Amino acid sequence: MIRMVWAAVAAVFIGVAAQAEEIKLAVTTSFHNSGLSDVLLPQILADTGLEVQLLVVGTGQAIRLGEAGDVDAILVHSRSAEDAFVAAGFGTHRREIMYNDFVLIGPKADAGAVAGAQNAAEALTRIAEAEAVFVSRGDDSGTHKKELALWAAAGKGPESFGAWYRAVGAGMGAALNTAAGMDAYILADRASWLNFANKGNLTLLFAGDPVLFNQYAYLPVNPELHPHVKAEAAEALEAWLTSDTAAGLINGYRIGGETLFTFNAGE
Amino acid sequence: MVRVLPVELRGAVVRRRGRAILGPVDLTLAGEGLTCVLGPNGAGKTTLLRVMHGIERLSGGTVGYGLPEREALRRQGFVFQAPIVLRRTVAENLAYPLRLAGAGRADAARACADWGGRIGLGAVLDQPAQRLSGGEKQMLALGRALISGPDLLFLDEPCASLDGRATAAIEGLLRAARESRTRIIMATHDLAQARRLADEVIFLRNGQVERHCAAEAFFAAPQSAAEEAFLKGDILQ
Amino acid sequence: MNDITEGLRAAFWLLVSFDAELWEISLRSLKVSLSAVVIACAIAVPLGTWLAVQRFAFRRTVIAVMNALMGLPPVVVGLMVYILLSRSGPFGVLGLLFTPTAMVIAQVVIITPLIASITHQAMRELWAEYHDLLISLNTSKWQRVRTLMWDGRRALLTAALAGFGRAIGEVGAIMVVGGNIDHATRVLTTAIALETGKGDFALALGLGFVLIGLAVCVSLVTHALSQTERRGRW
Repeated sequence: MIRMVWAAVAAVFIGVAAQAEEIKLAVTTSFHNSGLSDVLLPQILADTGLEVQLLVVGTGQAIRLGEAGDVDAILVHSRSAEDAFVAAGFGTHRREIMYNDFVLIGPKADAGAVAGAQNAAEALTRIAEAEAVFVSRGDDSGTHKKELALWAAAGKGPESFGAWYRAVGAGMGAALNTAAGMDAYILADRASWLNFANKGNLTLLFAGDPVLFNQYAYLPVNPELHPHVKAEAAEALEAWLTSDTAAGLINGYRIGGETLFTFNAGE
Repeated sequence: MVRVLPVELRGAVVRRRGRAILGPVDLTLAGEGLTCVLGPNGAGKTTLLRVMHGIERLSGGTVGYGLPEREALRRQGFVFQAPIVLRRTVAENLAYPLRLAGAGRADAARACADWGGRIGLGAVLDQPAQRLSGGEKQMLALGRALISGPDLLFLDEPCASLDGRATAAIEGLLRAARESRTRIIMATHDLAQARRLADEVIFLRNGQVERHCAAEAFFAAPQSAAEEAFLKGDILQ
Repeated sequence: MNDITEGLRAAFWLLVSFDAELWEISLRSLKVSLSAVVIACAIAVPLGTWLAVQRFAFRRTVIAVMNALMGLPPVVVGLMVYILLSRSGPFGVLGLLFTPTAMVIAQVVIITPLIASITHQAMRELWAEYHDLLISLNTSKWQRVRTLMWDGRRALLTAALAGFGRAIGEVGAIMVVGGNIDHATRVLTTAIALETGKGDFALALGLGFVLIGLAVCVSLVTHALSQTERRGRW
């Protein structure tokens, strides 16, 4: 026990003396909250010698970090932003890795009768018509962008909504905390939801519509633009993320018996 | 001859918010011994001392010394009416001017032990000075002013709030300092004290020097109604 | 109420089990914030004292600006430091972003005005007390500053501790410039924010109690070392 303490002291004051090469990867809160990174990172270190340092931020900030060259690669889930990132030359390319799905969470009482909806658009329409309290991330994150796209598909826009629509401008966890406190509906990724400890009176009401699928993509930062980025390390990480080892770990990751992610790289 | 002297004021004026509180004063201070600055409250005694000491900004006129100003200021000491003691021990207070002047620790400690005895605080040298009584603080301030052997010492009513014993102790130190050729200028409104100590008197009224003469002459022969009234203890307007 | 008991229990278990990760992030918190306090004091204490002693044309403006900077939101400081240290920013070549050094820099910016302001306040009072004596003794500016700093050291200790309290409890700026990277830049406050985000209130609260305990310990140790309380000089 004491030895562990001293190890920690040494690690802090001397710095990690290990030979591992560090690579900075900006990821979204939803990815990190899922707990999958805790499974992947040790294996990456063992297989490739890469110590992946995660910067857990919203998609918007992740993109900015990549544009500024402050990270070596990003792992996000917002197709339009990713395409713009690559088109502007900030990233070399876009590589799809895996997907999970979004789910609609709400109070057990389900005043909007969302549980019986045929598809996502109908579910949201019911919430809007019931004017049931709905918490939006409101932080320009991938989840937020997805939510806005779903509203648009339902033929509605948040600018016309009343006080029942609460844009909190916070991360997934904080937004879920808010929703739990207000007994509100919220769109969340399945992983964050399953890992969320403070569920309160909330329950999963709607899922399964293919439009709710959430594709994660890996984008290395362009070394021509930022010569200091570790392009080789980023390449090695990409190779690992698309490998069979990764596929096994990702597909095998379960919370409460449920599969969270589906590996779909290399197609 | 004390080297800082003579102190010369030429047309010295101090104004605050447009009102003259001192002067214009023309005054030459030379010779030896102890000069008492007398006068009713608000006559400008404190201001006159501060002007002579060079720590009061003049609105007009000049103050000059027998030495260049920087050098002259270094050879002077000042004891304020309310003693200012540093938040340190008695010994550290005494040593402060010596240390400022670059004295070594050992020399300063020797001087402290010596002066601590002379001011009657030898037993409390390592006590915080803030814990001393009012009289002890004034003794400390006086000792601190004398420790570097000033040519010229100013005292602003040093005994104003002290009892007889403390006053006697301070007067004893002043006599000893005068013996060792320190020129002393002391503001007081204690006439009995002035009679005991003064060799020379400056009588101030309404910011003007009304009289500057030998002490005997002043007490023996008042020259104006104001002086006479002051000596009798009447309230002057 | 239940959350608080759970939090206390979590804190207790983290401590008695010598949780290695807790030790690591606590030590990092201490290291970052103590470094920031030392650097900030080296700047703020002479500055605050000097502002008390020296009269110059824009003195009041400087003091007003300094007091206003005390209220600077840490997130804004974090964002500014981020922009400066970013690879695309002016100091990008140093590669300091997302390192403990960047966190120290941000905290220095946050607490320097606070320490300078408290210093100035205390030194102004002491200067009013000492003014006539120090002028009379014909002291140089530097001698005045040194005398005030030495005799006002207790107030300076308070200022430093206030700075430390703000630094170690700060999350907005170091989250931005440090990135809350596990085993690299994660400290107590960012870990608390993370656990809160995960909805694990017990662990978050537990870490919060550890943070409070740490701050109290630092304060007690500082006072004990300076012996000011025990001797009770003033």
